[in-house]
Amino acid sequence: MQFTKLLAVSVAALTVASPALAENVLRWTSQGDALTMDPHSQNEGPTIAMNGQIYESLVTRDASLVLQPELAESWEAGADGWTFKLRQGVKFHDGADFTAEDVVFSFERANHEASDFKEQAKNVTGVEVIDDYTVKLTTDGPNPILPNQLTSIYMMDKGWAESNNVVAPQDFKAKEETFAVRNANGTGPFTLVSRAPDEMTVLAANPNWWGKGMFPGNIDKIEYRPITNAATRVAALLSGEVDFVLDPPLQDLKRIEGADGLNVKTVAQIRSIFFGMDQGVDKLRTSDAEGNPFKDAKVRQAFNLAIDKEAIRRVVMEGLSFPTGMITPPGVLGNTPANDPSYGFDTAKAKALLAEAGYPDGFSIRLDCPNNRYNNDEKICQAAVAMLAKIGVKVNLDAIPKAQHFPKIQKRESDFYMLGWGVPTLDSHYVFSYLLDGEGSWNATGYNNARVNEITKAITTEIDIDKRTAMIDEAWTQVKTDMPYVPIHHQVLAWGIADNVDIQIAADDAFRPRFTVMK
Amino acid sequence: MSLDRPQDRPMTRWERMKDNDIVWSFLHSPGAIIAASITLIAILACVFAPLIAPFDPFDPAQISLWDGKLPPAWIEGGQPQYPLGTDNQGRDMLSTILYGGRLSILVGAAAVCLGMVLGVTLGVISGYVGGVTDAVIMRIADVQLTIPGILLAILINGIGRAFLPIEVRDDFAVYVVIIAIGLTDWPQFARVTRGATMVEANKEYVQAARIIGLPGWLIMMRHILPNTLRPVLVIATIGLALAIIAEATLSFLGQGIPPTTPSLGTLIRVGNEYLFSGLWWITFFPAIALVVLVFAVNLLGDWMRDALNPKLR
Amino acid sequence: MFFFILKRLAQSVLVMAIVSAVSFSLFNFVGDPVNNMVGQDATREQRIEIRQQLGLDDPILTQYTRFLGNMLQGDFGLSYRIKRPVDQLILERLPATLELVFVSAIIALVVGITLGVYTGIRRKSWISRSILSVSLVGVSLPTFIIGIALIYIFAVHLRWLPSSGRSGAIELGWWKTSLLSVDGWRAIILPAITLSLFQLTLILRLVRAEMLEVMQTDFIKFARARGLSERAINFRHALRNTLVPVITIIGLNIGGLIAFSVITETVFQWPGTGLMFIQAVDFVDVPIMAAYLVFVALLFVLINLVVDILYFVVDPRIRLGE
Repeated sequence: MQFTKLLAVSVAALTVASPALAENVLRWTSQGDALTMDPHSQNEGPTIAMNGQIYESLVTRDASLVLQPELAESWEAGADGWTFKLRQGVKFHDGADFTAEDVVFSFERANHEASDFKEQAKNVTGVEVIDDYTVKLTTDGPNPILPNQLTSIYMMDKGWAESNNVVAPQDFKAKEETFAVRNANGTGPFTLVSRAPDEMTVLAANPNWWGKGMFPGNIDKIEYRPITNAATRVAALLSGEVDFVLDPPLQDLKRIEGADGLNVKTVAQIRSIFFGMDQGVDKLRTSDAEGNPFKDAKVRQAFNLAIDKEAIRRVVMEGLSFPTGMITPPGVLGNTPANDPSYGFDTAKAKALLAEAGYPDGFSIRLDCPNNRYNNDEKICQAAVAMLAKIGVKVNLDAIPKAQHFPKIQKRESDFYMLGWGVPTLDSHYVFSYLLDGEGSWNATGYNNARVNEITKAITTEIDIDKRTAMIDEAWTQVKTDMPYVPIHHQVLAWGIADNVDIQIAADDAFRPRFTVMK
Repeated sequence: MSLDRPQDRPMTRWERMKDNDIVWSFLHSPGAIIAASITLIAILACVFAPLIAPFDPFDPAQISLWDGKLPPAWIEGGQPQYPLGTDNQGRDMLSTILYGGRLSILVGAAAVCLGMVLGVTLGVISGYVGGVTDAVIMRIADVQLTIPGILLAILINGIGRAFLPIEVRDDFAVYVVIIAIGLTDWPQFARVTRGATMVEANKEYVQAARIIGLPGWLIMMRHILPNTLRPVLVIATIGLALAIIAEATLSFLGQGIPPTTPSLGTLIRVGNEYLFSGLWWITFFPAIALVVLVFAVNLLGDWMRDALNPKLR
Repeated sequence: MFFFILKRLAQSVLVMAIVSAVSFSLFNFVGDPVNNMVGQDATREQRIEIRQQLGLDDPILTQYTRFLGNMLQGDFGLSYRIKRPVDQLILERLPATLELVFVSAIIALVVGITLGVYTGIRRKSWISRSILSVSLVGVSLPTFIIGIALIYIFAVHLRWLPSSGRSGAIELGWWKTSLLSVDGWRAIILPAITLSLFQLTLILRLVRAEMLEVMQTDFIKFARARGLSERAINFRHALRNTLVPVITIIGLNIGGLIAFSVITETVFQWPGTGLMFIQAVDFVDVPIMAAYLVFVALLFVLINLVVDILYFVVDPRIRLGE
């Protein structure tokens, strides 16, 4: 048997102690693991975060979310595209040079049918090579925000991809895994040492990285171990098994702060949480009310007034949220002090509004809610159920995993739902085009305002910044009056960190080890 | 028999009961009395939860979020109307535990009943009819006994949930869990009943009943079934403890009863998220309630096993 | 003997047939896998195309035949979630589960039998009575509560042992083992104890009952009458005769440990097959769920087969009975 053999060896091997820790090893954890090391295969948070240590894009953001040169040193806009000067002397981990050819290849790959980054990459209609270290990314008409859209399009080596038969991202037809799923060859500050999915991924500092000496970071090795259960994740931090938890539950932050050698860093996140109400259908699917109460603006206002955003902040979110009246947070172009304040909380007025609208005894409705996506998502929904009960609206809560929740919204099959929205481009267009445009693929509210639709289209090509900003503000003010959503709050990010590590927290929830210093 | 009695008076019902060996054994076993009392109190408290509980935790209009996360009454910051504190949503812990315990006991008992009815029926048929029927039933039982119950329950529960559209899943979750646990329970009942049936079926009175032409189902119901009751009762009691744990485990894994109408297992799962933040009462009290409940039932089952049938292990 | 084994084999094949049908049905009934595979931006056309590529629209019988054929070759396809061959994933995770089950089984058997024999011999002593009472509490404690309590006490509060994961594992070829390093042992000890506790109490109670019964047989009375020492009676005669049920226990025990490893692995984030299964259930990663079921059933069938044969070898009475 395997065991007897193993046992025999084990006695001798017990003397094998762990190697001396002369190097700076950062051990960290969060909820989910990267799904693949292929940089164009999965547009999903943890995957992008992991690949971002190994691969690099033309431009990136620093911890304050300001655009910074990465593989491109400079860029400038033209009428039909942008010209990028590439950084010279950059080498991939296998020693190959990074040149304009690789940029062409990477955009082709990101635009491939099997790529999950098509939506972002399709803004680039073609790549012209001007010389080995200059490329022009052509666009379909003027695009004022192109660099913002490129921060997670990672560059791959053409030669490596060709010799390993991974010219295209893995598609669903594949019967076998492709080489790029478990192997990676980027230009980034870390190289992939070993990978066991959902168990442990080890990265080592790249000694030949172009940025060596330009950044304060001094990490030699990163050990990443995903832990699904939130309490277990915190236990690992408290017992000193990891140095850094990206996503500790809010309720445990006090405990972490109180523990010896640990601290918590917080920052306002670029993500807003809100409820959507479907005013588009003629008859609500899950309500006992005749017709569709949400068609009446008074009902939508009553819902907005019935929810006590302050109580949610204090009790559910442990004080870590910013109650709001907008579905996009400060930091995104379009959020203004005029529109950001919440609609307030007034049960009596909400009840009166419902009565005026013809529902003095309320009505019943189902609330669709994810239970594994946002900070305390299900608990916010539970709180909302109790608050709406007080104005006579009987809410049946259906809290389910995001994998089943999101399709309901995409198929526009939900009457009343929770959604959160982050804005990677830091521009309102991202919010309008998905959530407020009548045709928006995530707009399940049936909200369809001609002027808002018009503005959504106009700002894609408007180069005059002031004019553009004014249009964005006009649209938001219209939305504030129409109330297609019930805004709850902007999320606050909190990281649990050991005192011997200096980590800069960033509003996009991305860990940037090149800035991380271990003492 | 009674002709030898000194005074010509039939025993009262009470005396007959006290004379019974089971009752005698019960009255002389302090463990059994304690266990039975705890079980009885727990069951009564849960059954009458709507009358005892200060709040109805399932009525959202009674919940105030501002009362959330309050500690038990005897700790600073606690409030007297919430003796065991409140959970993260502002629900009274005591009420939630009573209602949750009610659900746990109901699910456990229903699952055991399902397993018992199924198992006893198949067992009696198997033992009385014999032949191919017997072989088929017993083979199925064998096959099922090779796979541990909890895994089977996770599986049946998973398939059951998958069959339901996601919208009604929570509404039917309780029934799915009952069926999942009940279906894993029956082979034990079937085996024991079959054995007892085979013994009884060969006795003279059954043979006689057969000769006078009583129909088979009547013989099974009237004569054989009562004789299999004792071992079945023992298995049912121990099965109840296991079923309650199984339900709690499913709910803890997030595969069972939904948090809007929580069982004890669901309460522990939700409370576990607050364990490190110092809100120990959200998980501690439901866990204690669950362990005490299961322990009492186990103790009762243990005693019954010894008292009713010393040979049965 | 031959006939007996043949019969058992036939039974095993039957079990596997049923399980494979159930596994296959998962592909058709558990959710819509396409939703989990595509990005949030995917269009309806893309979804339909993926369904076709996966063969989800073929007739059921065609799909089942294809599934059976592939299954017999150990091919369960690619995980929907991480796009890697499922058989390979299971093989990678298997050592973690097997080592956990192995260590738990040793703990449960050694401690369980020792305490069982002790309480069986000294049935009246107060130590025995306390052990028995505690064991009843053990049966009443759900695995997940034990796990949470151990993490809280030994990892978070005392900081003696790691709370989760499988650090210190060393690679021996394709087999990654925790048993060769101090860190590995530190990581395995809490989950192993958690997993073993329930089985331990069962074994304890079974061995005790078995001892009590054997001690009352004529054969022991006879030995006593012959003036043999208590020691010889207890260990040479009594314990030996409890061997047959103990073999059954080991079989049931390992089966139970594998089943409950799903829960223990979830609580301790132990990277074994059970954790993989629960994560697959969460993501509706059907290929992994199906493969896990078939694989666990196969394991159970094999264990039962071995136990049956051992039984047969150890106890000649069964041979006569057949």
